[in-house]
Amino acid sequence: MSAATTHDAHHDDHHHHGPDPGVLRWVFTTNHKDIGTLYLVFSFLMLLLGGVLALGIRAELWSPGLQFVDPDFFNQLTTMHALIMVFGAIMPATVGFANWMIPMMIGAPDMALPRMNNWSFWLLPFAFALLLATFFMEGGAPAAGWTLYPPLVLQGGANLPFAIFAIHLMGISSVMGSINIIVTILNMRAPGMTLLKMPLFVWTWLITAFLLVAAMPVFAGAVTMLLTDKFFGTSFFSAAGGGDPVLFQHIFWFFGHPEVYIMILPSFGIVSQVLPTFSRKPLFGYESMVYATASIAFLSFIVWAHHMFTVGMPLAGELFFMYTTMLIAVPTGVKVFNWAATMWRGSLTFETPMLYAIAFVILFTIGGFSGLMLAIVPSDFQYHDTYFVVAHFHYVLVTGALFGIFAGVFYWLPKWTGNMYDERLGKWHFWLSTIFVNILFFPQHFLGLAGMPRRIPDYAVQFADWNMVSSIGGFGFGLTQLLFAWIVLKCCRGGKQATSEVWDGSDGLEWTLPSPAPYHTFETPPAVR
Amino acid sequence: MALDRRLCRGWVHGVSRAAAGLAALLPLGAAHAAWEFNMPRGVTLISREAYDQHMLMLWWCVGIGVVVFGAMFYSMIRHRRAAGHTAANFHHNTFAEIVWTVIPVVILVLMAIPATRALIVMEDTSESDMTLKVTGHQWKWRYEYLEDGVDFFSSLAPESREAIYSDAYSREHYLLEVDNEVVLPVGRKVRILLTANDVIHAWWVPALGMKKDAIPGFINELWTRIDEPGVYRGQCAELCGKDHGYMPIVVRAVSSEEYAAWVGEHLAARETAAQAALRDWSREELMARGEEVYLTACAACHQQNGRGVPPAFPAITGSPIATGPLDTHLDRVMNGKPGTAMAAFAEQLDDSDLAAVITFQRNALGNAVGDVVQPAAIRAAR
Repeated sequence: MSAATTHDAHHDDHHHHGPDPGVLRWVFTTNHKDIGTLYLVFSFLMLLLGGVLALGIRAELWSPGLQFVDPDFFNQLTTMHALIMVFGAIMPATVGFANWMIPMMIGAPDMALPRMNNWSFWLLPFAFALLLATFFMEGGAPAAGWTLYPPLVLQGGANLPFAIFAIHLMGISSVMGSINIIVTILNMRAPGMTLLKMPLFVWTWLITAFLLVAAMPVFAGAVTMLLTDKFFGTSFFSAAGGGDPVLFQHIFWFFGHPEVYIMILPSFGIVSQVLPTFSRKPLFGYESMVYATASIAFLSFIVWAHHMFTVGMPLAGELFFMYTTMLIAVPTGVKVFNWAATMWRGSLTFETPMLYAIAFVILFTIGGFSGLMLAIVPSDFQYHDTYFVVAHFHYVLVTGALFGIFAGVFYWLPKWTGNMYDERLGKWHFWLSTIFVNILFFPQHFLGLAGMPRRIPDYAVQFADWNMVSSIGGFGFGLTQLLFAWIVLKCCRGGKQATSEVWDGSDGLEWTLPSPAPYHTFETPPAVR
Repeated sequence: MALDRRLCRGWVHGVSRAAAGLAALLPLGAAHAAWEFNMPRGVTLISREAYDQHMLMLWWCVGIGVVVFGAMFYSMIRHRRAAGHTAANFHHNTFAEIVWTVIPVVILVLMAIPATRALIVMEDTSESDMTLKVTGHQWKWRYEYLEDGVDFFSSLAPESREAIYSDAYSREHYLLEVDNEVVLPVGRKVRILLTANDVIHAWWVPALGMKKDAIPGFINELWTRIDEPGVYRGQCAELCGKDHGYMPIVVRAVSSEEYAAWVGEHLAARETAAQAALRDWSREELMARGEEVYLTACAACHQQNGRGVPPAFPAITGSPIATGPLDTHLDRVMNGKPGTAMAAFAEQLDDSDLAAVITFQRNALGNAVGDVVQPAAIRAAR
């Protein structure tokens, strides 16, 4: 995958036309870089919005008793925080990376299906407008948790059809985006770039896209059954009508577990690009990384019921899902060991992307450890639905997926903008984020172990102290993200001119292009040895 | 203003407690109960199994973490470019890759063996000495002792509910205290059957070591044998709507003799209540009893002041039902409103309590219909 011939930087400039002037450029664009930017900006706005909701949660949990919100609005906050972060922040951000980087990494001129690409993005603002509008409806936003378990979710008011239609739109957007990515990767690679020469980020996204195509329609089916149960007299999930409320959980988590890998695999890919660059050493065990990613993806379809150990499964079912879940530790361990071996005997420097990548490996692994603990059914009976679970999935999704995204932004920002970001501020952002995020989430392990259930607006007084610590971390982490916005804006407006290679250890086709990357790139495919 | 005061009190109290907690933490490390950071070992075989598995896994993870993170930190210190280290160029080592695939598999097997053994013990509900049926309702629990004939509902204690908006710290067991405790004998294997009436709940007492979902239309089971007398507290663990956080569980474990005495008292009290429902009550009696019932059965949704949280939870004050024809009012309270959180209270409350609370709703909370409902009217409406 390395060894691309040096691409003539000015070759493209002669015959490409630049972006259309004006705002309509962004509406009609079919350019993968524009659409990538749209995805990334949208996801950052959603990150801030979801973050504000999370701060509402942390403010209420600052001390026992009810101070700011009533319990029903609290449930709306937790539900909407999760839906926005999962479908609005993390997933679109990784699609933004896919749009920007996959064509540049495989030597393609654009995505294979550019008009569909435009449509997949522009569905999202409408989907989220529908979802957010529920806050202003009678009865408020959905309040049954992002897992939408019936029968509780069916008690919701006017919000339910809006939320479900929004989920349908998000699903259509994701599936179209994934088809586009699969087609692009399988058909538009530069001559000589065989599958096993593709950068690992491209591999992780190829696998993610297959997961999305397989999982999202399942979710769409599940929510449609909720819709017909609520409005058209069916009883899929109603015991009184001969249905089965647990069936929903099985369907939901058959989607939901692949979904968590959909969120983390692209970050695995980003980190696998960043670590070799700043270790000045090739990625260790490239092929085993590919196989490990594929194994994780396969296993993700046969572990779903580990989210449901307390629903009353038969012993054999519990044992099966415990063993398959534990098995995921093997390929995940291979990845972590490979990352550590990539750093081993390298020549390490610690620019911001590298700091984020290292923090990702360590903190994601901590999330992996708690995941392994959660797989053990006897103790899961204690952990289940407590803050221990909340701590676990925030370690894998915030210090995992989100930190991977931060690493990617700092890594490729000079390529996107042509300017170096402010390294000093970048390091500030890293250290503030890392310190606060641990103050925020580590104590939640303790809260869960000591017996605090999740999704409660108010708690017994013995949980007061760690909750306050956690809230302090939450506000610190939230405010730190304003610094991120400032660093990115500053970098877009100017800064030290970036070279084509940007980093002295960089390797791959995207670094053969000038910085900023021209509007159209690789209109003639580069040759790959 | 009231809000401000309550805010200040909460925050100031919180900060001072945090400071006290830190002070307690510094010299001896976690002497302060509030800084609890581990799973309780509990008082049953099941809770000890869960705890042992938890600690075993924790130490495995710590060990693996030390090795992996240790290697990374070693690398970060010794293999820095700033320390003059130049990069090696290896990117493959079949032996190492086989080793770090096989060793985790072996470790996983070592983890799975005790976990499987523990799980088999935990799921064995056979040969129990008695059966307790637990039904989750929004937002209370119903307990039925199938052999002993005891049957009651258990809700958040009114004192805790009153403290929500005033001072949580005024209650030692804030949100973990109930009006009617579950009493169980120590040393006897109790099979607990779980189901629910409306939405999914989960019954969890950490010291007993197991939680399981209570699902409408399903019957789940778990078992417990409590070793030590004492009071063990827990709460609902599955999001069940607005008052999910206000659905505590309190189990009082006592000796077999005390348990037998408690059953006797309970049955006698029920007999007394049944007798009381046969006579006419004075208006004052009805209003006094009605207020108590209102606080435990109605106030969670309709609020203490009767104003409700519209539109989901309508006001009682001025409501067309509570101030309208008595028949409609009786029907709504006794049979509920399907598809909403309004439960059917005919099963939950006895004739006297229903009569009292309906009288209270019609003549308090800003309403003044002026009529009185006798237990006999409820009996007739059943």
